[in-house]
Amino acid sequence: MTTITAPPPATAIGKGANRRQGVGRLAAGLVSPTFLVLLLVIVYPLLDALRLAFYQKNTGIDPTTGFVQSGSTFVGLKNFLDLFRGDTGAAFLNSLLNTTTFTIVGVVIETVIGVGMALVMHKAFRGRGLVRASILVPWAIPTAISALLWKWIFAADGIANGIIGTKVLWTTEGLQAWFAVLIADTWKTAPFIGLLVLAGLQIIPAEVYEAARVDGSNAWNTFWRITLPLVKPALIVAILFRMLDVLRLFDLPYVLTGGDNANTQTLSILAFNEAIKGQRFGAAGAISTMLFIYIAVAAFVFVKVLGADVIGTRLGRKS
Amino acid sequence: MRRVRLFGPSAAVAVAVSAALVLSACGGGGGGGTSGTAGELTGTGPITLVQGKDTSGNRQNQINAWNKLHPDQKVTLIELPEDADSQRQQMVQNFSSKSATYSVLDVDVVWVAEFAANQWIEQLPEAQIPLSSYLAPTVETAKYFNKLYAVPRASDGALLYYRKDLLTEAGVTSAPSTWAEMTAACKKVQAKHPAIGCFAGQLAKYEGLTCNFSEAINSAGGTVLNDQGKPDVNTPAAKQGVDFLVNGIKQGYIPKAALTYKEEESRRAFQEGNLVFERNWPYTYAKFSAADGSSKVNGKFAIAPIPGLNGPGVSTLGGHDLAISKFTKNKKTALEFIKFITGEQQENDNLTATSEAPTWASLYDNPQLQAKFPYLSTLKESILKAKKRPAAVQYQDVSTAIQTAATDALNGTKTSDQALAELQTKLSSLIK
Repeated sequence: MTTITAPPPATAIGKGANRRQGVGRLAAGLVSPTFLVLLLVIVYPLLDALRLAFYQKNTGIDPTTGFVQSGSTFVGLKNFLDLFRGDTGAAFLNSLLNTTTFTIVGVVIETVIGVGMALVMHKAFRGRGLVRASILVPWAIPTAISALLWKWIFAADGIANGIIGTKVLWTTEGLQAWFAVLIADTWKTAPFIGLLVLAGLQIIPAEVYEAARVDGSNAWNTFWRITLPLVKPALIVAILFRMLDVLRLFDLPYVLTGGDNANTQTLSILAFNEAIKGQRFGAAGAISTMLFIYIAVAAFVFVKVLGADVIGTRLGRKS
Repeated sequence: MRRVRLFGPSAAVAVAVSAALVLSACGGGGGGGTSGTAGELTGTGPITLVQGKDTSGNRQNQINAWNKLHPDQKVTLIELPEDADSQRQQMVQNFSSKSATYSVLDVDVVWVAEFAANQWIEQLPEAQIPLSSYLAPTVETAKYFNKLYAVPRASDGALLYYRKDLLTEAGVTSAPSTWAEMTAACKKVQAKHPAIGCFAGQLAKYEGLTCNFSEAINSAGGTVLNDQGKPDVNTPAAKQGVDFLVNGIKQGYIPKAALTYKEEESRRAFQEGNLVFERNWPYTYAKFSAADGSSKVNGKFAIAPIPGLNGPGVSTLGGHDLAISKFTKNKKTALEFIKFITGEQQENDNLTATSEAPTWASLYDNPQLQAKFPYLSTLKESILKAKKRPAAVQYQDVSTAIQTAATDALNGTKTSDQALAELQTKLSSLIK
């Protein structure tokens, strides 16, 4: 607290340089709690996970007492190399594949549906409030709860099988489990994209559409040439957020299909299984480090290639 | 500005959470003590009893009874989540941080080896526990490296529930003792009731599958681990056991839906009248017998030992033991409390109140209890013949390996030969 006391006003008025320095110090003082929090909740766990990734817990058993040796050993890059060979390797690559396919397929479908929802919500018609509210309900339900809900829907004698008139075992291993997770995830998160796109739609001035109408543009052209480009900044941020979310997908597949289902196991679930179930913090550290790098690279590429304006810098520069 | 406001309150939570993480991370793993013999358990005073959610509703009564007798050594109940995985996680996290909060732990029988090997639980003085009064298999679950680390509190064995009314109608007079007899009986019933499924256990990919899969193997005369504790699962006998389940799915005497069944789903299927035979634990007896209309099989079902290949099958042993945390205080009180709650009178009362299977052998032969719980002698037989699941330090990995092999075979992605050969390799690398 003492660091943020402002310098006495007399000196501040006296010399410009001094005053700037004072302001800088004040700014540093004001943001330092934030930095401290970031250090604690982001940098520390990251570094610790990275450190753990280079160690392996001792698992040897003393043959006379049966006790496990305590402590851990430095194993260098072994944990990382194991991710690409043997049993751990197979599980890692499988989870990587699941995570990636969920992300790509899921986000594409959610985007299409989400934009559709936004367009519907944007239209002026009677009962629009009701439609908006009902579209947002899935997003408001906690993921674990909606996963349970879908678990019942996808039960062997559940509603899903009742409607399509078959006996698909949605929650057992197999491609159908992958689809079950995808459907539940889309149901829950398409409204999120819808919400963000709706916000983008509402700042498009009505005059633009009037001008288009005067020029004789049809509905498709208007959407493609006017709505989409103008809503693009909001849409891209929405897609980026969703992408980062799906890449660390955990609760939905875990509750819906269990933690050991080979077709829905994601990298987060694998890391959880290794750390909490298997007590192998080294392997878990390696997996979560790889996941962190994966997410960071995906976000970086996305921002660079598609120019997502996440923190509003471009907007600031223009004004 | 809005961004900053958004982060405000959650940041405080994040700090608290990360502080907790730091604390638990600093604790490190493994226990400190190195003594090979049972140490002196000292200290009297308040303690805690840690267990999964008390669905029986009787635990607090037992604690109240103790607290009345020992007002200066009060016991507080700490309830963990209902599912076993989360219970184990919380216990392990608590051990890892060497917290003194958990005193007496209600542990699943398969966790004793892991907890003892990591020196998280105290070795107990055998002389003070009436081990000979307990059913022998339950005592085995409480031991690790021939030393006692826990006291058996409740046991569990598989039972075969069957529709007596349907079998009688079809002219089958006695319960089947082999798989062949069981499927033959089903055919007779299904001739009149084609919609009803034959048999189901718990075949979803979770701990229950480990029990059901080992049970099938043991019931055909095979083993998962041999007498020396080495994996020996790639055998013709084991294959016959697995094939009972695999062919069941293929030929339809086990409904496909059973691949999604845990205890409750299979119970519901039988209770709704959709199955002729069901393998489950004793706890479902009370639900099937409910006279309030919730059960469609009330008064129509009976109980038998689970069938096997050439005669009655071999159950997987379930149950719970009580252990004392290495990191707690007041261990003398903890031991006294364990003796109290696992005493004959308390187990008798607990059986009456909750129908939880006791560990005292004498209770199974008590005529009054038998009148109330007609399955008691069948259950005793089931438990006495039951086999433990592998007592491995890395039990979680062993169980996951078994579940994977079982699922591969049941789904038909691998033949039972392939699945068992792979399981043998996998187990050999896990159990040395």
